[in-house]
Amino acid sequence: MTLRVDLQIISDWIPDNAHVLDLGCGNGSLLKHLQQRNVTGYGLEIDNSKFSECIAGGVNVIQADLDEGLSQFGDQSFDFVILSQTLQAVKRPDFLLREIMRVGKQGIIGFPNFGHWQCRFQLGLRGKMPVSKNLPNAWFDTPNIHLCTLKDFEKLCDQYGFSVVSRSVVNHEHKDTLGIRLLPNLFGQIAVYLIHNGNS
Amino acid sequence: MSDSLPADSVGLVTPSHLHIDTPLALDCGRMLPQFDLIYETYGTLNADKSNAVLICHALSGDHHAAGFNSLEERKPGWWDTAIGPGKAIDTKHFFVVCPNNLGGCKGSTGPNTINPETGKLYGPDFPIVTVADWVKSQAILADSLGIHKWAAVVGGSLGGMQALDWAITLPERVGHALVIAAAPKLSAQNIAFNEVARTAIKSDPEFHEGRYQEFDTVPRQGLGLARMLGHITYLSDEAMGEKFGRELRSGKIQYGYDVEFQIESYLRYQSSSFVERFDANTYLLMTKALDYFDPAKEFDDDLTQAVKAIQAKSLIISFTSDWRFSPLRSLEIVDALLSAGKSVSYAEIEATQGHDAFLMPIPRYMEIFASYMQQVAKEVNS
Repeated sequence: MTLRVDLQIISDWIPDNAHVLDLGCGNGSLLKHLQQRNVTGYGLEIDNSKFSECIAGGVNVIQADLDEGLSQFGDQSFDFVILSQTLQAVKRPDFLLREIMRVGKQGIIGFPNFGHWQCRFQLGLRGKMPVSKNLPNAWFDTPNIHLCTLKDFEKLCDQYGFSVVSRSVVNHEHKDTLGIRLLPNLFGQIAVYLIHNGNS
Repeated sequence: MSDSLPADSVGLVTPSHLHIDTPLALDCGRMLPQFDLIYETYGTLNADKSNAVLICHALSGDHHAAGFNSLEERKPGWWDTAIGPGKAIDTKHFFVVCPNNLGGCKGSTGPNTINPETGKLYGPDFPIVTVADWVKSQAILADSLGIHKWAAVVGGSLGGMQALDWAITLPERVGHALVIAAAPKLSAQNIAFNEVARTAIKSDPEFHEGRYQEFDTVPRQGLGLARMLGHITYLSDEAMGEKFGRELRSGKIQYGYDVEFQIESYLRYQSSSFVERFDANTYLLMTKALDYFDPAKEFDDDLTQAVKAIQAKSLIISFTSDWRFSPLRSLEIVDALLSAGKSVSYAEIEATQGHDAFLMPIPRYMEIFASYMQQVAKEVNS
């Protein structure tokens, strides 16, 4: 099974034998992949059909709504808490981010970059809400209600004292280009951050 | 039932008996000098005896979980929706064992069997047994079948409590625990309902302090009333509304105290048919076993500590409209397992049927149940 590229980036950051929590784990493909390296933990998923896929794949999955927080988990009880492509769809990203960093020693957050030039072009020049491969829905039926740019996200982390350990920014083909390396907030479509508590 | 058995049925089954001469020490401090367990099995035990699944029954259940005891039988066993070839607990892969619990009234030693020390029926003198006692006796049954470790222990409601207790008290003997529509202990409200049921039975003039059989009678009113009350707590307001609404039997109001609404008629039917098949002393005993269940008690009321010993992987399932053991009660178990870092999955199933939903073939429930058991089967065969 080949892993979605953002999940591959995340997987590369997680060492063998780690204990992880995957928020909005989808069909459990990341956790299933990590099981081969003795990584333990749980997925949280609210979608019925994705949940069933997790069970069928032998992945530990808890049916839960991320908007209700992570109160069932103790402080610092996971090595990594992962939130991939879901931050923009929760009611309070700031609350969830703090919950992630309470429960996890490190957080891995991936999201679509709203600062990408196509978004800027569509909104700034054409005067329309952006629609793209990463954000395919129209403004009225999109689950993506809290979009942000790389800069916005980094500012929020800074505000809470979370430091960025590592960052990977790619385009929608999940490739890293020269443009992305020079101007990530303009050319990057998907960002994945590894963050942890305090300054380092 | 029809001339032919359904293809996904385990078919005709004959119960088996186990007689144990070794005394069993019970939680209450008393001894059962000897005892019998009646049980059914479905499927075939594999060569290394690793594919066995234990089914634990709930308050009014018994050993007849699936299939038919005779071609004349109208309805199959109580969990036939989940047990059989191609069903969630697939008898093509698993050897399924379901005993009638001690204290039951369907053939295992209980109030309606003979006390070997007196030669008379045990009746009310049968000791009160607990969930832990059941687990002990089921372990003796497992030993007799040569099963060291269950691939899975599965139960709903009071049966789920047994599955949880198995995983806690005999951790090395349980591969997977499926705890469905259960709770880690009863709430005050749960105990209150049980007490009303017991009061109904005990205050029936035909009860005779539990010695009704010696008087050749049955506390019909009391046991029937207990069942009516229980039945209300097994259904949801929504399910009752859907099924009966305010429908009248005769179409118009009679201004009297006879049965008028369909729901009244249904409850009376449930109560009278239950009285025919169940024993009042067993009902009292089962409600007590429920009341006493509290595995966290020995651990300073810390359920996380109680589940620390668990080696099994668990699947916990609850139903949205279950108000007897609501999803929050299942989440107490889930939270403890998570805090203890145990392997656990949890599903909350949308269902209108209330507590009884665990017995129903609800598509999403059956899909998750079956997918999980397929993983168990894979582990067994690998």
